This record gives sequence, structure tokens and C-alpha cells, in this order.
Amino acid sequence: MTEFTPFQSLFGGALIGLSAVLLMAFHGRVAGMTGILSGVIPPVPADWRWRAAFLAGAAVAPVLYLLAGGAIAFHVAVTTGALIFGGLLVGIGVNFGGGCPSGHGVCGIARLSPRSIVAVLTFMATAFATVYLVRHVIGA
Amino acid sequence: MNKLISAFAIGSIFGLGIAISGMINPAKVLNFFDIAGSWDPSLLFVMGGGLATAFIGYRLVFSRQKAPVFEADFASPDKRNIDGQLIGGAAVFGIGWGIAGFCPGGAIPALGLLYPQTPIFLAAMIAGIIIARIIKARLPSTAPA
Repeated sequence: MTEFTPFQSLFGGALIGLSAVLLMAFHGRVAGMTGILSGVIPPVPADWRWRAAFLAGAAVAPVLYLLAGGAIAFHVAVTTGALIFGGLLVGIGVNFGGGCPSGHGVCGIARLSPRSIVAVLTFMATAFATVYLVRHVIGA
Repeated sequence: MNKLISAFAIGSIFGLGIAISGMINPAKVLNFFDIAGSWDPSLLFVMGGGLATAFIGYRLVFSRQKAPVFEADFASPDKRNIDGQLIGGAAVFGIGWGIAGFCPGGAIPALGLLYPQTPIFLAAMIAGIIIARIIKARLPSTAPA
């Protein structure tokens, strides 16, 4: 079980949205983690440096939050095999699908992109179906 | 240099949002998708908060600024139409997300927490991105991304 955290989740979500707005205002780019991360995997584009800086900030911030006395729940309940298989599918899927929850889900829907709306409905549907299969059909 | 400091700061806000919202926690993500079991609807609030902020914020930016601070133009990511690659890719991503509980935006901020599972997932995900690039390069109708 994980605790239902509506207020924290709403506030954290607003920070994710704020980050997307600032990235557009200052860098003119969409804050999709797939696109930003893909830009530091060789062969890298000419503008890889800001992407690396964004990724470094994203990885460091939770540590600073912990050091400042914040609490972060983290638990992985799946096997290493599931992490590897799931990771491969996530990598292949976000490349062909052109984005993930941050890019399509927040930035894309906020821009009312039809592509993003279709992508989000699709990956939400398959994620719900997969978890149902894994937990209640295969794991039952 | 200002550009890099700015990107680092904006990335930090993203990472903080992922951490505070609970998106950083794969168990919480999987529980969101488990309506028939230990359902945790928190992610609906993450999405709502992010979407509302970006929806209003983007409109403010586009109405007040002719160009971003550090670049000549706002980039528009809409390169393709709704096609099989978009739908197939999104479907495969959702399956992987439902198996592992990690997504790209959750895994990068989780890296700093130093749990061993995060780099295992990220390595597999990066391998998946490279595999997809190789497949795309062999497809006749699409340029490699």
C-alpha cells in the first residue's frame, strides 16, 4: 500500500508544470524527459549541454530535498528481470511514441496537441491493462 | 553559462516536483494503475496540478514573449501526424511502465536517491532507445531520430 497524498501530489504536480513553463519561457523547449534524455545519448545533437544541465538538476534536487529534512517514499516491488524487461519496453516505446508522461501528458496536453492526447490515452490504457494482468490474472 | 545555470535550476524544479508529488516512487505509480487492488489515486492530482499550471503558464508565455530568453524561437515538437508509430510506441511504453513502475521523468530524479534498481531500469531503457533508433534507421519511410 502507498498513502494517498492529494495535497502533496497536487503541489508537486504544479512544480512539474512550473518547470515546463519556465523551460518554454527561457529555452523555448518542451519539458519532455524522453526528448531531453535522448539528447544526451550519443550521437548527441549540438545543444546537448543544456539537456545535461537539466538532467543534473532533476537528479540533484531530490537529494537536496532530503538533506533539507524532506521525506521521500521510494519502494520497488518488482523483480530485477521486470525492471530490465520493462525498461527495454519503456525505451523502445517512448522513442517510437515520441514522448512520455512529462512530454505528452503535461506539456503536450497543455498545448492541446492531438498527438499527445492520443498518446496519453493509449499509454494509460495499456498501463492499466498491464497492471491488471500482472497483479490479478498472472499473479492471482 | 547563464543558459546552463538556468537549465540546471529548471531541472531542479522538475526533480523537486517529481519527488514531492510521489511520481518518484515506482510502488505509488503501480498502485495508481491498480484500481482493482491497492488503488492510490494520487497520480491524478500530479497530472491535474501539472496540466493546470502548464496550460495557464504556456498561454502567459506565448502572449507576453515573442521569443524565449535564450533562443531565437519557440520549438514546436509537432513533426508527425497521428500514425502507427505514435500509437504503437505509446502502447509499448504503457506496457513497460505497468511492468516496471518507472517512467523517464520519474527515474532520472530517483537516480539521486541511490537505490540500485534505478540505474538497472535506466540502463535497460537507454538500451531500448538505442534499439528503437536502429529499427527506425532501417525503416524506409522515416528519418532516424
